[in-house]
Amino acid sequence: MSGGRPSPAALASVALLAALALLPLLIPPFWTANIFGRAFVYGIVAMSLTFLATYGGFVSLAQTMMGGVAGYVAAVLVPDSVPSLVGGVPYAAAIPVALLAATASGLLVGAVAVRTQGIYLLMITLALAVGFHLFAQANIAWFNGYEGIRNVVGPEVFGLPFRNTFVFYYAALGSAALLYALVLYVVRTPFGLVLQGIRDNPRRVSALGYDAALHRIAAFGLAGFIAGCGGLLVTFYNIGISPGSIGLGPTVNVLVMCVIGGLGHPIGAFVGALVFTLFDTFAADIYDRDRFNTLVGAVFLLIVLVSPDGVLGLAKRAVAPLRGRRRVGPAAGAAPNTGAPLAAEE
Amino acid sequence: MVAGSLAVTVALNGLTLAALYFIVASGFSLIFGLMRTVNMAHGSLYLIGAYAGYAVFEPLYDRDVWWAWYAGVGAGIAAAAVFGLAMQAALLGWMQGQELRQALVTIGVSIVAADQLLAVFGGNSRQFFPPDALFGATELPGAGRYPTFRLFQIAVAVAVGLGLWLLLNRTKLGLMVRAGVDDRPMLTALGINVPLVSLAVFALGAGLAGLGGVIGGSAQPFSQGVDVRFLLTSLVVVIVGGMGSIAGTAVGALLVGMAEQVGQALFPTYSVILTFVIMAAVLALRPQGILGRPA
Repeated sequence: MSGGRPSPAALASVALLAALALLPLLIPPFWTANIFGRAFVYGIVAMSLTFLATYGGFVSLAQTMMGGVAGYVAAVLVPDSVPSLVGGVPYAAAIPVALLAATASGLLVGAVAVRTQGIYLLMITLALAVGFHLFAQANIAWFNGYEGIRNVVGPEVFGLPFRNTFVFYYAALGSAALLYALVLYVVRTPFGLVLQGIRDNPRRVSALGYDAALHRIAAFGLAGFIAGCGGLLVTFYNIGISPGSIGLGPTVNVLVMCVIGGLGHPIGAFVGALVFTLFDTFAADIYDRDRFNTLVGAVFLLIVLVSPDGVLGLAKRAVAPLRGRRRVGPAAGAAPNTGAPLAAEE
Repeated sequence: MVAGSLAVTVALNGLTLAALYFIVASGFSLIFGLMRTVNMAHGSLYLIGAYAGYAVFEPLYDRDVWWAWYAGVGAGIAAAAVFGLAMQAALLGWMQGQELRQALVTIGVSIVAADQLLAVFGGNSRQFFPPDALFGATELPGAGRYPTFRLFQIAVAVAVGLGLWLLLNRTKLGLMVRAGVDDRPMLTALGINVPLVSLAVFALGAGLAGLGGVIGGSAQPFSQGVDVRFLLTSLVVVIVGGMGSIAGTAVGALLVGMAEQVGQALFPTYSVILTFVIMAAVLALRPQGILGRPA
């Protein structure tokens, strides 16, 4: 937190980013776009949930819906989409409008669910998400019903089409890294600390004079923005959007990614998305071509039953014995963690 | 005159849809009430009931046995109840109290169940043919001819509601369930085998989903994907009506069923929105649901 020497975690993040930036030189294009690129864009949507769950304690199932709002707004506005509903709005204008709409949808979901917690919040956000899906499927005028909107190719970058493997990969990686840094920054701001206070003890936060409801709604708005970025990239990746891509399946998949990776740190969303993408791609070789969902469901069940904090938790427990021995040594005066101000006041 | 009979038909459609929603959602509400388990696999139980019932019904129907449909109903209820029982016994029982984890487990179960049902039964839609006594149409004053089976649907829902009321208010099991809803640790301390009561309640709730599956599958064709619809409906109905309250479930089912049919008659492609406006309004004014008690 304090300036001076960068922390080991920050150094590791920069090293990882550099490695990922060089990765396309080493792996075939299929892996670049369809494994890593795809894992990044779905990871962004998953991270919006991880952000809410880890720092606010809100397990929301509406993140795919918020991404879908961005995707649909862009698809309706941009030129060349089929069918053209509004059309003609350049990407430079359509993308900000789409992100604004996603943020607004996040605020709306947050406002509707503001008085509910835990399992009730899960139910209400799920109901909202599936409701939006059914609405998109039934509505022809704005969503083109069951078919959805095709040929949303994404903006040109330096004269190259967005679908170019490397353009897509670096756009996905750049967005993921920026949003990841944004989340890590926000949770250290006063806003982020109040959010974590709400997670730990909402009544005490209210008693301290903070407006818990407003902080919650704002957190959902930020999550909506993040999910919107992911949703836009997913829409460009799929070259279009249809109700099927925001239905219950994809909604639950986002939760599956988060849980497999581990709800505890934003990086878990990307770990989970990568594991999920690998399964999705190679399930045919592991089990049965058509029974991918059984495999994913079984893995998900196993993780929830065995290690509720996901792959991250497994890794932490594997490393813990080593780290424990080290901590007994000279490094006794460890720095207090960021959660201390709220936890220490007893 | 035509408009009047249309209004009556829409109201009847809403009522019969509400009846089906009540049958399915009452099971969801019952399970939630005692165990605080949000069963995200409730839609899967509906579909399991429908498919298992159909697997029994079809060969019997081909042989022209008069009790084919009744056997299908029995098989549907039994299959869903056994599946629910197994879920509670193997997965959910030992993590009692960890609500979110239980919800995640049932999501995992629903993913696997939906995929396996697709593998076994394929993607074609199916429909039960109710017995002759319930087939055809009945002359109703003010509405003209109306499908008999839909009226039967209302009768089943009323029977389920009465049965649940009697069970909860007039039997020893009901006494235990109501006590468990109020204070589970105290009930355990009194020497009641709460895990056993939980198993019974889970089987009952799951069986109701299975019953809903066969009834719903007789009124309309069913296929893969209706599990999502009925999970969503169960969620909305109990959120609106109040979690864990049977009377609340009835009120919620009536509101949602009516809203859906009236919405479809007035503004077809936006009717889904009406349902969610109702849900949002209830949440804003009474977060615990219309007849729910404050948490």
